[in-house]
Amino acid sequence: MFERRVFSRAAAVAAIAGLVAVAPAKAADSVKVGLILPMTGGQASTGKQIENAIKLYMQQKGDTVAGKKVEIIVKDDAAIPDKTKTAAQELIVNDKVNFIAGFGVTPAALAAAPLATQAKIPEVVMAAGTSIITERSPYIVRTSFTLAQSSTIIGDWAVKNGIKKVATLTSDYAPGNDALNFFKQHFTAGGGEVVEEVKVPLQNPDFAPFLQRMKDAKPDAIFVFVPAGQGGNFMKQYAERGLDKAGIKVIGPGDVTDDDLLNNMGDAVLGTVTAHLYSAAHPSQMNKDFVAAYKKAFGNRPGFMAVSGYDGIHLIYEALKKTGGDTNGDNLIEAMKGQKWESPRGPISIDPETRDIVQNIYIRKVEKVDGELYNVEFATFEAVKDLGKTKK
Amino acid sequence: MTAILTNLFDGVAYGMLLFVLACGLAVTLGLMNFVNLAHGAFAMAGGYVCMVLVNRMGWPFFAALPLAFVSSAAIGIALERTLYRHLYTRSHLDQVLFTIGLTFMSVAAVDYIQGSSRVFINLPAALQGQFDLFGVGIGRYRLMIIVICGLLTIGLQMVLAKTRFGSRLRAAVDDPRAASGLGINVPQVFAFTFAFGCGLAGLGGALSAEILGLDPYFPLKFMIYFLIVVTVGGSSSITGPFLASLLLGIGDVAGKYYVPKMGPFVIYTMMIVILIWRPNGLFGRTAAR
Repeated sequence: MFERRVFSRAAAVAAIAGLVAVAPAKAADSVKVGLILPMTGGQASTGKQIENAIKLYMQQKGDTVAGKKVEIIVKDDAAIPDKTKTAAQELIVNDKVNFIAGFGVTPAALAAAPLATQAKIPEVVMAAGTSIITERSPYIVRTSFTLAQSSTIIGDWAVKNGIKKVATLTSDYAPGNDALNFFKQHFTAGGGEVVEEVKVPLQNPDFAPFLQRMKDAKPDAIFVFVPAGQGGNFMKQYAERGLDKAGIKVIGPGDVTDDDLLNNMGDAVLGTVTAHLYSAAHPSQMNKDFVAAYKKAFGNRPGFMAVSGYDGIHLIYEALKKTGGDTNGDNLIEAMKGQKWESPRGPISIDPETRDIVQNIYIRKVEKVDGELYNVEFATFEAVKDLGKTKK
Repeated sequence: MTAILTNLFDGVAYGMLLFVLACGLAVTLGLMNFVNLAHGAFAMAGGYVCMVLVNRMGWPFFAALPLAFVSSAAIGIALERTLYRHLYTRSHLDQVLFTIGLTFMSVAAVDYIQGSSRVFINLPAALQGQFDLFGVGIGRYRLMIIVICGLLTIGLQMVLAKTRFGSRLRAAVDDPRAASGLGINVPQVFAFTFAFGCGLAGLGGALSAEILGLDPYFPLKFMIYFLIVVTVGGSSSITGPFLASLLLGIGDVAGKYYVPKMGPFVIYTMMIVILIWRPNGLFGRTAAR
């Protein structure tokens, strides 16, 4: 069940019936994209969102670009780096793919980096969010986000909006530490004080004791980063313990209020302020159409992972258009640098120097819209670059 | 002072929850000498049944809890009759391989049917939030867990110690051959006990969704906790696992509160120290078999 080749075949028949009828695509006329995603395991929702979004894009835009038929090969790595590496190797050597893409977690993206360099093919990162990733190979581009982008912004925002004392609760792994450090840097530089710092184990069954500690520290707000799946549990226990009534707010990067899970978190989450790249409630016409089409096709709301996948495949299409169908890796990377477009999340571009994404970061508050919980954007920081690069 | 009491309360609730989840395993592993690593799968089944009943079909939470018990027990008895009983006489390695395979299958099955994201059970408003008792924060949901699990423990102890079924079970465990010679239907007693243990796990799964989180990886994530409870508690009675659960629950919560940097290690350190001190567990007896 893990390997589904050419999933767009049905759509293709409908969209470009004429072309297909004339001649089935020859090998040289097709472009292969190897998509390595966690389709099973704890990160499976990331993989499913990205796969869905790519399906949707190819249904809307057709599967031919610059005269070439785009073929997607999905491989499941369950977010385990060793498997990522094997999958990337198979895709490059056996399937002769022209792109590798996806990558649910940072270690997976890093594991594939040397292979992209060796094979000289673009690696399009659609999920993983640690800053260093794009520095590991000149063939890596990213369409998702970095944790530095949202964490520095929420740090700046908090200190300017009357939050002076913050307790932090972050998951103890690379992205969690990135989030914590960048937040702390900007928050304390602005005059804020971190009164309590707790790193919780990644596999954490019960937040209760940590939350009690937060409550007793009496901060103005808690800065939280936990992987998307744990956000709901955190918010429930936060309310159960009465931290909301004690006037302690929740702030953080938007992973904790991921659209994927937000609506099931209950009213406790109302008023949570986060900084993030995408909200399903982003008020542009393009996003409204995107959300409606996604809901119609898959029955639920797209989250930030879906939009990163949607933009990732868009970038691949645009690069192919620019090279006129040339699949030389160096030319494709050159074509990707500096691309600018309007995404469902707002205007974004690829930084020509770092090959990382430049995008707006929005400050959002959870509110009820038509009986459903949404992250409603109320302030925008425009064209935020990744501030976490080690080479400045 | 109030912080200590609040932590104690949270610890007791957490321990009680561990006990209900793990005591079925104490029975199969300790009394029946069968290594059932798939125990968590029954807990997950109960949790998902409760979730579907409450969230999708609009059942009240308290009506769905007994059904979580019943459905897990039913799955338990079906599997016991068809699969497990063939393995009672096999080596422990066979049992481990079989049950771990069953666990992976349950993970994949639930992932396929319900999706991989974490689910929550909609609770009635009466169970949400916290109230103050002399300055000590008491979570309503956790209080309910303590009450339910406390009553269950007393009931279990009474059944084992005072009823005819209890004495049959103890006899069947002590010496199966002599017991069947006395006319006790040993396989039936074991099957019933196994199903009851699975039912308890199902109830525990439904109760723990709110606190531990429920997703298809539940059986794998918490397998280690169940095993710790059973090894630390020993398996001669249910008092052992009960006290072990409480000790570990309180120790875990207090450790995470007072030394958050060491938080995740506390429970393992306690296990190591106790097992060095008493290799058969707190209340273990030297293995008779």
